[in-house]
Amino acid sequence: MLSDMGVSKSRQLQKLREQVKNGGGEQALEKQMALGKLSARQRIVDLLDNDSFQEYDMFIQQVNNAFQSDGDAVLGDGVITGTGTINGMPVCVYAQDFTVAGGSLGSMHAKKIAKIMDRALKMRVPLIGINDSGGARIQEGINSLAGYGGIFYRNTMASGVIPQISVVLGPCAGGAVYSPALTDFVFVVDKISKMFITGPEVIKTVLGEQISAEDLGGAKVQCEVSGNAHFFAKSEHECFESVKKLLQYIPQNNSLKAETLPSCPPKFTNIDSIVPSDAREPYDVRKVIACITDGSDFFEVKANFAANAVVGFGRVDGQSVGFVANQPDVMAGVLDVDSSDKVAEFVRFCDAFNIPIVTLVDLPGYLPGVDQEHAGVIRHGAKVLYAYSEATVAKITVILRKAYGGGYIAMNSLHLGADSVFAWPGAEIAVMGPESAVNIIFRKEIMASENPDETRRQKAREYKEKFANPYVAAGMGHIDAVIEPQETRTMIVHTLRMSKDKHIDRPYKKHGLFPV
Amino acid sequence: MDNEESKIGILKLGETEYKTFFTGKFLNRKKWKKPVFNRIMPPIPATITEILVVENQHVQKGDKLFVYEAMKMRNVIYASVSGKIKVVNVTIGQKVGKDFVLAELDVDFV
Repeated sequence: MLSDMGVSKSRQLQKLREQVKNGGGEQALEKQMALGKLSARQRIVDLLDNDSFQEYDMFIQQVNNAFQSDGDAVLGDGVITGTGTINGMPVCVYAQDFTVAGGSLGSMHAKKIAKIMDRALKMRVPLIGINDSGGARIQEGINSLAGYGGIFYRNTMASGVIPQISVVLGPCAGGAVYSPALTDFVFVVDKISKMFITGPEVIKTVLGEQISAEDLGGAKVQCEVSGNAHFFAKSEHECFESVKKLLQYIPQNNSLKAETLPSCPPKFTNIDSIVPSDAREPYDVRKVIACITDGSDFFEVKANFAANAVVGFGRVDGQSVGFVANQPDVMAGVLDVDSSDKVAEFVRFCDAFNIPIVTLVDLPGYLPGVDQEHAGVIRHGAKVLYAYSEATVAKITVILRKAYGGGYIAMNSLHLGADSVFAWPGAEIAVMGPESAVNIIFRKEIMASENPDETRRQKAREYKEKFANPYVAAGMGHIDAVIEPQETRTMIVHTLRMSKDKHIDRPYKKHGLFPV
Repeated sequence: MDNEESKIGILKLGETEYKTFFTGKFLNRKKWKKPVFNRIMPPIPATITEILVVENQHVQKGDKLFVYEAMKMRNVIYASVSGKIKVVNVTIGQKVGKDFVLAELDVDFV
């Protein structure tokens, strides 16, 4: 039995809790809903397992400032933080509340976020940040900038130790975008998410260029053009389902492996009828992946950015695996500035979190173009070489069809440290495509010929017969085995089992100098 | 691939023609233009505050030509090559866009 005093104290707590749960008030919450957005609290409930959320720092309040009276401070200071579970596994989470001072980041708001980040790193559990904020709280001046700095520092310290996920569900402008940019995966929702460094108004004033917030930094733009976001969803609910799915493929921290599930066979088995024998014909490489993964499931990352490369997660033999593949359906599967960035980023994530990498190769090389060269394709292309060479997880390569020149080396060749390289019987591993090669090797014969076109075709046929096959590379030991397409999954399963305890020691260094 | 602008076409790489879809970003890429030295343009929209040259004046590479205000800053446009000012197209206080030709130059033969 509580004493009278106990009852009143208990009522006080109850009252304060109710006050916090009301966020920025009913009116503000209605406004949020009218925009098609969930409240910060609903978002956490939707994301976490039922009844698993434990909130912290409910009663944190804004430090008073010269521009505000005492009554304006709201309990919680515009951000909800806590712990809970997703798929039964612990996570740390925070959600900015746009209904409280526009979700603006003041020093106490930042302190709350910093506290939950510290907890995530200490407990070695994934951190999920739900961003919905107008940016720095101008009234708090440089204290809010200091808050951002503290968050960026923690993002960097946690990078590669615990998975960090950003869900952008509202405006995210100026300094605010850099926390998502420092995390591993960014989720956005159509029409709701907006990210930019300088907004449309500033761009209009300074440059006279007129553009809407949506066209400048909406969800579609971030997923298709800039590549800043990894996952696109049509609704917030769909977005949270996607976060939960991603977490099934990744471990809690960098000292663990992702959970292994019981193995099951792929639904699709037509692996030998997908790839046309003519190297100039396109096909969707995701159909090949579907013939390799358990249940034919594939969780694609950055599906709409640089679609000439495909990256994503699947399970093989129950084990989570990162897939990297050239996509002949788009831009003939070339490597270019964007696809190099996409591949390198994904390979580094997999390596940091002990996820084996399977690379499927079918590419003609790099994309020619002034724009590519001037955008620094040399530097960006180098990232792929660096990421693969540096990775110490199990690395398996299957050459499906063409593997020419620099592209062949870059796509996890044996020379960059692949553990196993397999080639299908139709693979063409060569220094360049047959038509281009004969123009150089047989230049004199072709020029001297009475019928140069006929001679070129004749020479190309000869070259193809001699070199456009996997046996020259196999003869040199540059590949480990030539396999039938139907043997692909079996060989990958075998290699994964054989490389369970793979261990590589690298020379000590403070950190490598990854080309950026 | 889900891009509406995509359509199947031919991508010629070296001597080989590949059938494939194109990304919207590739189709919309900026075509390269040779930089021009004989037309002097501001790099961003600007308000001209000083004009330091007159028509028919000869300028040396590195000479101050114009001062403009943009992004709350005063900026100077210098001559990137030597030559004779053929025509000046602005007056003080004029607001100009970033591709506006402030002056034309007869570039010296080296």
